[in-house]
Amino acid sequence: MKRYWRVLLTAGAALGVSLMATAPQAAEDPAPATYAAALKDKRIVLVPMAMGFDLAQGWAAILQREVDAFGGVFETRDPNWSVEAGAQAITEVISSDTKPNVLIVMSPDLNSYSKLMKRAQSEGIYVILIDNPANFAADAYVGSDWTHLGRLEAEAVVKGCGPNSSKKIGLVQGDQVNATSLYQYAGIMEVLAKNPDFQVVAKPDSNWDATTSRNVTTTMLQQNPDICGIIDFWDGDATGAAAAIRDAGKQDQVFLVTTGGGEKTADCDRIADGTYGAVVMTELAQETHNMVAIIKYLLQSGQAPGTASPYIYTLMKATTKENLRPDSCWDLKALQAEAAAK
Amino acid sequence: MALGSLRLGNLSQEHIVLAIAVLIFAVASATLPGFFTPDNIVSIIRSVSVLGILALGMAIVIIGRGIDLSAVAIMAMSVAWYLQLLNDGMADAAALSLVLAGVLMIGLLNGFLVAYAEVPAIFVTLASGSFVFGYVRSQLISQDAVPVPNGHWVELFGGVRYFDIPVEVFIFGALAFVIFLFLRYTKWGRYVYFAGDNPVAARNVGMPVRPMLVLRYVISALIAFTAGLLTAASLHSINTRVVNSTLLYDIVLVAVIGGIGLSGGKGGVSNVLFGAALIGIMLNAMTIIDIPLIYQNLIKSTILLAAIIIDGLLNPRDEQTAQQGDI
Repeated sequence: MKRYWRVLLTAGAALGVSLMATAPQAAEDPAPATYAAALKDKRIVLVPMAMGFDLAQGWAAILQREVDAFGGVFETRDPNWSVEAGAQAITEVISSDTKPNVLIVMSPDLNSYSKLMKRAQSEGIYVILIDNPANFAADAYVGSDWTHLGRLEAEAVVKGCGPNSSKKIGLVQGDQVNATSLYQYAGIMEVLAKNPDFQVVAKPDSNWDATTSRNVTTTMLQQNPDICGIIDFWDGDATGAAAAIRDAGKQDQVFLVTTGGGEKTADCDRIADGTYGAVVMTELAQETHNMVAIIKYLLQSGQAPGTASPYIYTLMKATTKENLRPDSCWDLKALQAEAAAK
Repeated sequence: MALGSLRLGNLSQEHIVLAIAVLIFAVASATLPGFFTPDNIVSIIRSVSVLGILALGMAIVIIGRGIDLSAVAIMAMSVAWYLQLLNDGMADAAALSLVLAGVLMIGLLNGFLVAYAEVPAIFVTLASGSFVFGYVRSQLISQDAVPVPNGHWVELFGGVRYFDIPVEVFIFGALAFVIFLFLRYTKWGRYVYFAGDNPVAARNVGMPVRPMLVLRYVISALIAFTAGLLTAASLHSINTRVVNSTLLYDIVLVAVIGGIGLSGGKGGVSNVLFGAALIGIMLNAMTIIDIPLIYQNLIKSTILLAAIIIDGLLNPRDEQTAQQGDI
């Protein structure tokens, strides 16, 4: 920070000298005032599926910092994985006296909140949909292209298994209602269709629960002892699949691929210790800054909510031991400590 | 078991469940490749170990005509708090004592409110479960999932095997045996049945009905903590989301489907074992067949419903058998 100041000061001084030389009229940039007028005191409310997991805490930490910087008000609601509590939170937010200007929603599935979010838009609130797609024309969708995420996972597992393996793959899906699970599956199958010698031998659901993931993976490994790779649809429950692989003593034989928010203890540490072969990670900071850009744009655009619904997909890549770098992941503890220090 | 069939000549729910379990097991063994193997049978038992342990605690409470809806919250939150304390750098002994004290407190609170304040168990434990979850989640831990610190004994414990069988299977077996001895051969164990069958009469003949009630909730809380430790040992972390899952209903399901009447005074450890066996065999077979989860839930709940209906037909409630305090 200090260094930038010094550069700025030097640049400023140099500019000052040259300005004095030409003696121009003091021109005031009107932009900051316009910017401030549009953004100051604006309310931004984030309603994720829960506040208790890495992605939501990462989004919240960065959004807080950014919204504070432009003089807005940032709030979160914590439905704690309950669809009803989330619906209630959105309803309450829409009908409160201090309506938000931007509502950021992580939808639990394709349809549950569609009507509520439409209502929010009709009340003049911009709605940004994050991470989970929904059947609703939001003012922007910021998050992953889940089909592509599935493709990356499948490519990682094909590569992890290698050409001389059994080419048998197991999937531990999330469930059969969540868009993230369905699209992920579609993406995986697309890639496997291009690699016809690879076959899926089992595709149980974990219902996003680690114990269930462990039990189904144990069964899967016993039924197909020569499996070379497993894709578990979320790092939140892939600890279960990892436990099953560890229990079977097949850490060296089974290449486990999953996806997550790229938090250090959840993903990078597990890649480093060999628990996960590859993790398709969301660049959290990038994703959150995309949200920030969209918020700033919408608040200054003057357009009515629901005018356009662009998709702002976050860049993703499969991280493995080979391309793991110290900055591949973000550190939740550090982010929280930084937020607490302020 | 043999006594039961001799007594009335008709089937108790326990026998129905055992018969269904054996039937599914036989069919699965014959038709599913890889089902009837030592490895798979161990994994069936293991998959229901934690569930079975929790159901043992629930059974003690239900036999005494109560119910403990705070079991899953206590299981997940106590261990999450313990791991959080360790991750924050507290010494193991101090952290463990603190958490044990907390678990005991909740058990005592449940028991006290049910026994002395005479609030129905279903409300007390529902509320205390929510309280435990809300308090620990908001005040004591920072995330849903708390990892076990590297190299901690809980992590190493999860890797313990005897004869290639995971340690939780032995703990499930040992706990089942101890509780069997407690219920069958100790004075207070027998009192659980008397108090569950007719609390007023039990008190009139001089049994310490209220202190015993408190004891049952404390036992249930301690068993829940044990189950949580085993979960963390296997997964190397505990995810408190499990509190929102159907695990609590699965626990009641295992106890009730095994034939432990919710009106109290009936059943024992064998009922839990049969109930757990049925669930374990069913889930394992459905996973091998690769049935999607939503259908698994449908099949599971249909079987529960069937068992309850059959029980209702075989053991009808009337004015004589219906008891105050039924749930």
